Amino acid sequence: MKIPIVYNLRNLISRKLTTGLTVLGIGLVVFVFTAVLMLAEGFRKTLVSTGDESNAIIVRKGSNAELTSGIPRSQTNIIKTQPEAALSEDGRPLIAGELVVVNNLPRRSDGQPSNVVVRGVSKESLLLRTRMKLTKGRMWRPGTSEIIAGRSVAEKFEGCGLGESVAMGMRKWTVVGIFDAGGSSFDSEIWGDVEQFMDAFRRPVFSSMTVRMKDASQFDAMKTRLESDPRLTVDTFREVKFYENQSQNLGAFIKILGLTVTFIFSFGAMIGAIITMYSAVANRSNEIGTLRALGFRRRNILFSFLLECLLISLAGGIIGIFLAFFLQFIDVSTTNWATFSEVIFGFKLTPPITIASFVFAIVMGFAGGLPPAFRAARMQVVNALRGA
Amino acid sequence: MANALVEVRNVAKSYQRGNQHIPVLDQINLSVPKGEFLALMGPSGSGKTTLLNLIAGIDKPDSGTIEVDGTNVSNLSESELATWRSRHVGFIFQFYNLMPVLTAFENVELPLLLTKLSKQERRKHVQTALELVGLGDRVGHYPNQLSGGQEQRVAIARAVVTDPTIIVADEPTGDLDKESANEILTLLSRLNAEFEKTIIMVTHDPHAAERAHIVRHFEKGVLQESSESLLEAK
Amino acid sequence: MKVLKLIIKNAMRHKLRSGLTAVGIAIAITAFGLLRTIIDAYFIGVEASSDTRLVTRNAVSLTFSLPLAYRDKIAKIPGVEEVSYGNWFGATYIDQKNFFPQFAVEPETFLQLYPEFILSQEEQENFIKERNACIVGRKLADKYGWQVGDTFRLTGTIYPGDWDYVIRGIYDGRDPATDESTMYFHWQYLDESLNQTAPGRTGQVGVFYVGVNNESDVVPVSDAIDNEFNNSLAETKTETEKNFQLSFVSMVGTIITAVRIISIVVIAIILLILANTMTMTARERISEYAVMKTLGFRPRHLVGLILGESTAIAVAGGLFGLLWTFLLVWQFGLFLTANVGSFFPVFELSNTTMVIGFCTSLLVGSLASVFPALQAVRLRIVDGLRRID
Repeated sequence: MKIPIVYNLRNLISRKLTTGLTVLGIGLVVFVFTAVLMLAEGFRKTLVSTGDESNAIIVRKGSNAELTSGIPRSQTNIIKTQPEAALSEDGRPLIAGELVVVNNLPRRSDGQPSNVVVRGVSKESLLLRTRMKLTKGRMWRPGTSEIIAGRSVAEKFEGCGLGESVAMGMRKWTVVGIFDAGGSSFDSEIWGDVEQFMDAFRRPVFSSMTVRMKDASQFDAMKTRLESDPRLTVDTFREVKFYENQSQNLGAFIKILGLTVTFIFSFGAMIGAIITMYSAVANRSNEIGTLRALGFRRRNILFSFLLECLLISLAGGIIGIFLAFFLQFIDVSTTNWATFSEVIFGFKLTPPITIASFVFAIVMGFAGGLPPAFRAARMQVVNALRGA
Repeated sequence: MANALVEVRNVAKSYQRGNQHIPVLDQINLSVPKGEFLALMGPSGSGKTTLLNLIAGIDKPDSGTIEVDGTNVSNLSESELATWRSRHVGFIFQFYNLMPVLTAFENVELPLLLTKLSKQERRKHVQTALELVGLGDRVGHYPNQLSGGQEQRVAIARAVVTDPTIIVADEPTGDLDKESANEILTLLSRLNAEFEKTIIMVTHDPHAAERAHIVRHFEKGVLQESSESLLEAK
Repeated sequence: MKVLKLIIKNAMRHKLRSGLTAVGIAIAITAFGLLRTIIDAYFIGVEASSDTRLVTRNAVSLTFSLPLAYRDKIAKIPGVEEVSYGNWFGATYIDQKNFFPQFAVEPETFLQLYPEFILSQEEQENFIKERNACIVGRKLADKYGWQVGDTFRLTGTIYPGDWDYVIRGIYDGRDPATDESTMYFHWQYLDESLNQTAPGRTGQVGVFYVGVNNESDVVPVSDAIDNEFNNSLAETKTETEKNFQLSFVSMVGTIITAVRIISIVVIAIILLILANTMTMTARERISEYAVMKTLGFRPRHLVGLILGESTAIAVAGGLFGLLWTFLLVWQFGLFLTANVGSFFPVFELSNTTMVIGFCTSLLVGSLASVFPALQAVRLRIVDGLRRID
């Protein structure tokens, strides 16, 4: 860089208001861009982490969510005999039948009711879900109306905190424990004894069966066997894939909507940068002429003004990403279209997203800075000196 | 004249203004010997600044040739001209044309950034140039912290820091009060007398013209015949 | 009009800058219009709601059913004019990608309760007559190129099996907000089939639709229904159709809030761009303003010029923006219909949005010129005439 960078930096600082407004404009766009990507990623991550690589889930054929699935006892008994299942310490196969229903419960924040997943689980369920940890209180006692709540549900819904109770299916259930499911969608669920729930909600069939495999590579063999058995009408999925699929539609919607809007804004911010730089070029035309007279080349001028615009967009990018970082302290909840129930998740900033945002900022700076920089470079020396 | 430093032969220049063709210079011939202090005078629009620009290599004639120290500058490409200017021409403008965001030191250093000198070597040259113009103690000041006269002195330091072949000055005292103007002119005279710098100056000001060896007048794009060069007379 | 000419000439002095600013504003107004339209689309169900219709569902959640037997008890409650019922069917048409809402309803009472679905007399009668007949909305029919008399098959998910239907009517919506993307068929058809395949699931209803005589009956009837079934095996929750629709919207409340916030951010960006331009322009014209003052122009004249120029640019931008919004909404709407059509059955640019968009550009135009105008007013002539870099 023949023309010193301090020339650009000090010029930016000398026009504080204009520079500030332009930086802010770009910063806002980068913020929205980053936030959208963080939101989609947070949602996807929550759902993906719900699944375990060693688990497979079996639902009724044609269902893509446990809610619409039901497997009669006759079929579950057959499924329980799959040899791929790992064994617990006391020799029981780790296959869990679960019942999933949705209950409409009031939110703490505004009293508005929202759908919460209520999962009836078997003894084996907890062994299958290695990322689950009971963080407060204890497990329910068999045969009682006791339940445990995921930490997000406990926080966000009335009656779901430790020691509180909630009315469901004509019974009062007391929350005796809070669990942490490592940021997965289970954090947004209420868990209880499957037999109790079947009775209370009068749903005598399992929604799904989850199998922990001895070896994840055995999945295909098990899948083929289950799906070709004439006595069964089931679909088998790797648990990770199953939950990931549930995030597809909504995740895609968030990304498409968000990025479309950001794309539109980015033009606005770029125009802000273009206007600012054109003005800078016009105001400094005699400086440009002087530099050329002194012997600096057209390309030196071009790079200098381009750099000045890049400095603006980089500053904007840093501000935007910095602000977006703090979104990670906010929880978002929405109804997952696939499961018709509320999922609480957050914003997640990852290195790829950070890089993408920087690149986005740089591209905006480039696009906005090139036309004015070209104009500066193309000026005739004598015209520039005259202040044209 | 033999061995003139600057040789202008049959130069013509005109400009386009919309669809109007405005002739500015017509068949100009001029010889400037080495070490001369030449003043060009004339009413506005008479073409004196245009000629200066052509000699300095920031514009090209429509026809004719200009040679400076043996180099035919009217023939050079734009990028060759840029290189040539950085080594051979020192510029002094009416409104100083300093970079407002650079300090006096940094302003004077600018032309040296086009050379291969190291940082320490550049520092030495800049310090020397600033002391020459009497501003050794103001290196860290910005233009808006200097008076008009001081700004022009910084500009002069910038003009001589590369030890150029010629110095061109366009109305160097045009924006200065009488006292500062005198200081500047004295400085220019010194550069010419002590350091043998060839100076070509465009001016309105008769007091400025007095300091030159020779004064040539422009009238509607034509250079009038001159009185004897004071240099020769010496 | 001379003033207007002067204003426009001033704006045209820097064609590029004024043009770019107008484009910048247009872009922001476009984004604003799109976002508002999306929010409107979410609330469309709410807009189409009737004030004299209630929805009764299982108190536990919508995913639990109610016994058909409740129908007679509800009908007996004073204030109730008509009762119908329906089940969300949720089947797949060909594959997962083709999704549209399907309901199994009691045909006669349903059509009584929903006069906004317009069918010819013949279509109505044919629909009611045949057990496996169905009616589909105009938008849905257009999407698949269906005509009256066509047959198609659905693959059940909640109710497994293959289900065949014949289209006996294509309904048009009476109002712009009326949904035209749903398919309705006979509840009996569902129930009879369940009798064969899964007898334990017969006689179960998803929701009851209740029509009341007057608006004043809404609260008493809702309470009466819920009280009737209090402490029974399937407790009910009855609410107005509007609140029922709102509960769906509140499920995505976070997203809507986010979209609203972004709309505000958009306005902020416009303001920044325009304010930036006006400030730059004003700074460059300081000497001109000083000269005008010496000529005798009053502060109010200068303010008028600045305000006028700023507003002129903003209005130009606003008009462009509205045009682009219109085009964008149209295109985005096509995209949505093709991909997630059923979630946004109606995606239209409302007049309100257009008006708000335009007014916003006017407002922004004025606000952005405040600071430069103040500067021009306070300018001392001598300061302005002195050469400023």
